[in-house]
Amino acid sequence: MGQFGIGQPVRRKEDVRLLTGKGQYTDDINIEGQAWAAFVRSSHANAKILGVDTSAALDLPGVIAIYSGKDLEAAGVGVLVNEAAYKNRDGSPMHKPSRQVMPTAQTRFVGEVLAIVIAESAEQAREAAEAVEFDFESLPAIASTARALDADAPKVWPEFGTNQVVHWEYGDESNVEAKLKAAHTRVKVDLINNRLAPSPMEPRCVVATYDAGDNMLTIYSPTQGGRRLQTMLAKNLLKMPMDKVRIISHDTGGGFGVRSKMYPETVAVAFAARQLGRPVKWRGDRVETFMSDYHGRDQINHAEMGLDADGRIVALKLETLLNVGAYLSENGVRLPMEGGGRIIPGVYHVPEFYFSVRPLFTNTVCTDTYRGAGRPEANYITERLMDAAADACKLSRAEIRQRNFVTQEQMPYATHLGFVIDSGDFAGTMDMAMKAGHWDTFAERRKESEARGKLRGIGLAVFIEGAGSRPVEGMRVRFEENGEVSVIAGTYSHGQGHATVYSQLVNEFLGVDYDKVKLINGDTANSPAMANGSFGSRSSMVGGGGINRASKLIIAKGKKIAGHLLQADPETVTFENGVFKAGAGTMTIDEVAQASRDPKKLPDGVTPGLDEEVTYENDVENFPNGAHVVEVEIDPDTGVLEIVSYVAVDDCGTVLNPFIVHGQVYGGVAQGVGQALTEDVLYDDDGQLLTASYMDYGMPRAKNMAHVEALFNTVPAKTNELGVKGAGEAGATGAPPAIVSALCDALEPYGIRHIDMPLTPEKIWRAIQAARTGKAA
Amino acid sequence: MTLTVNGVERSAEVEARTLLAELLRDHLKLTGTHVGCDTTQCGCCVVHLDGKAIKSCTILAVQAKGRSVTTIEGLAQPDGTLHPMQEAFREHHGLQCGFCTPGMVMMGADIARRNPGADEKLVRHELEGNICRCTGYQGIVEAILSVANPDAVRKDHH
Repeated sequence: MGQFGIGQPVRRKEDVRLLTGKGQYTDDINIEGQAWAAFVRSSHANAKILGVDTSAALDLPGVIAIYSGKDLEAAGVGVLVNEAAYKNRDGSPMHKPSRQVMPTAQTRFVGEVLAIVIAESAEQAREAAEAVEFDFESLPAIASTARALDADAPKVWPEFGTNQVVHWEYGDESNVEAKLKAAHTRVKVDLINNRLAPSPMEPRCVVATYDAGDNMLTIYSPTQGGRRLQTMLAKNLLKMPMDKVRIISHDTGGGFGVRSKMYPETVAVAFAARQLGRPVKWRGDRVETFMSDYHGRDQINHAEMGLDADGRIVALKLETLLNVGAYLSENGVRLPMEGGGRIIPGVYHVPEFYFSVRPLFTNTVCTDTYRGAGRPEANYITERLMDAAADACKLSRAEIRQRNFVTQEQMPYATHLGFVIDSGDFAGTMDMAMKAGHWDTFAERRKESEARGKLRGIGLAVFIEGAGSRPVEGMRVRFEENGEVSVIAGTYSHGQGHATVYSQLVNEFLGVDYDKVKLINGDTANSPAMANGSFGSRSSMVGGGGINRASKLIIAKGKKIAGHLLQADPETVTFENGVFKAGAGTMTIDEVAQASRDPKKLPDGVTPGLDEEVTYENDVENFPNGAHVVEVEIDPDTGVLEIVSYVAVDDCGTVLNPFIVHGQVYGGVAQGVGQALTEDVLYDDDGQLLTASYMDYGMPRAKNMAHVEALFNTVPAKTNELGVKGAGEAGATGAPPAIVSALCDALEPYGIRHIDMPLTPEKIWRAIQAARTGKAA
Repeated sequence: MTLTVNGVERSAEVEARTLLAELLRDHLKLTGTHVGCDTTQCGCCVVHLDGKAIKSCTILAVQAKGRSVTTIEGLAQPDGTLHPMQEAFREHHGLQCGFCTPGMVMMGADIARRNPGADEKLVRHELEGNICRCTGYQGIVEAILSVANPDAVRKDHH
């Protein structure tokens, strides 16, 4: 409806506040009388803790208290939660080590929190943290994913006798192996999916206050929605009643999956505030954020595909190693199976599938969800295989894909691990991307590059995602006395522009002025009981769908009230553009809302108020998909790769606000470009983190990015009422395989068919040198 | 020490080691200036010192003694009218989570002031010292171009 309805490129409501310095991030919050926290962190990747001496630190000026793991244990603080329960094929359970908030006997990664120091000032806390003396017995460490399962690798958990968490399998390996052997063409790829630091720009920060009078603990911290964290803190960790723990995130400076987790620092700061009866603040710096925020990706994949004489896939075998770090984080171990596995084999029909996943422990910080959370890894495997298959079958990269796409006629299409894809026009989307990327005239541009001594390549990736995970969410629509309408959301906007999009939806469904709608979220004290938060590209479906369902209830009730007041049969009342109409009589929705507060104005059996809260539920996720076409130019003398053009075509179903969805695409592509070109978390052999600052870790900068032309091939989802498909993670999924495809196209003259990410100038240069001299890189 | 912040003379007692960013955030409660790293890389803390963009995490507060600092809070007109660069960021979706935004806007205003007629490549180069994790820089680059050189803004979308 109109300029603010569904599909309009409405500018964001959030922006003026954020553009004028009025955002309220956690570090902007200071509470009268607050003390400051600093952490003692492990400098060892693996060491026994023989003892701790805090006496010198406690004597320093301003120091109030120091708590180590033993103090938390003595106070009955619980352990961090992990609900995964995978089994080996023989039925034996996965290895599940318990994770204390701060370990008491052994530390297992560099940066692990060992003690919290509270002092009057931040500087005093830091100085005292350096004076806390732990007595360690250093042990050999293992950080490498590739070597963690070697027989002689140090064991992170010696009691298990192995670093393997579990060997999870799907499918019949011998059958798939037989199909691969019998196949006309068999291709294989060996891939490293590089470890990434999610790196929201806001470093992690916690402010906690405790009111002993009513046993109330309030925590401010950047999150992706506080309810789950509140539940863990209350039930599992601090053992308090749920309603005595409140988590508030006013503004959060980026989430990307990594801000949805419960971290030891949060528990320790909250514990200290409760113990001391005094507000405590911890402001993490960037080094701490690198060491202790969970990392993403870190898989090694071996995959083989068999194809028939026509280039049609007959079988796929995939073996994945996943580095989970030293412990099991909340979701990390799930990602190959439930994040990526369910969407494998992507947009292609694969009759036979075998999948083996070996998550493994190393002496590194945990890995967990990061933008895409398993789907970028899965699509990277499939797309690298398709490029290899194109080579082997002597078909173009488009043709091999075309022959294997799941077609619209095959939908609903069930993947092996249980997703049912309802909609998608994969061939049409690929075609659109190739046309927009001027694929047919690429040869001319390559010639022009060659004239300048450059190698030019064009790359293609087609991908699919599963979005809208945990499709249950509470949403409330409340009519205020001043005529405003509040959306009280279980989701939590931390950059996605929900205040804008939800206002559009209320405007669309209820005819309320766009400017009169406001969003309330980010505080467990007033969010709906069911409040999962925002992750996994879920808010469009669960938040939007929730507003839609609440609006229907509001209209139905409004018709009864309007009918009563207009002396008409409610069945004859119509509702359009915010106006209830019966014959010649009309009432605006605001008039009905105001009247509904007065029981005397209501028909029998109708309760006062027009507000509605729903718990949105869906049985299924949705399946955003797309195609990227990218051109790169490589200087063979330096190995420097430049992205020269980028097209992203997305089918994210019905687009609620193209302006905002494009923003999601650009941002996702940048994170994919980062993975492909610059980003790599590196630990040395002893488990020391080498990339712990922006000096060492290759965050993509503006100059690494090219202008992205973003287009839509809209195929509305059939499984939710708005037809939406989550748009948040698509860019990060499509970019890595598209860029590596382009690189390999550029380096085809040298016979180079793969280089592992990140595609640094050094790696590219070495590969070219090796090809020139006939030696392996 | 005394300095001018957003046109107003301000005084504060600081230690010799206090950084300008700390003076602004902790002493003067101007929390619009953000700190996102420890190594002068991210640019979230950019402010204007005597009209030029600087990283406020990388100079001492005392170095600003007697000088004039403009922060994100002081960029708009007193009546609330946004500075053209703030307006451009809104129009071109130059922000999502908003954390890098104050530094980006202050840097963008400086880039546009120094480089009228700038092209996209120059703007991307000039943003070397500012990191954004949300936007892919596209809206930021367009916003800065729209002020520095409106003709250079591509027209392939909204």
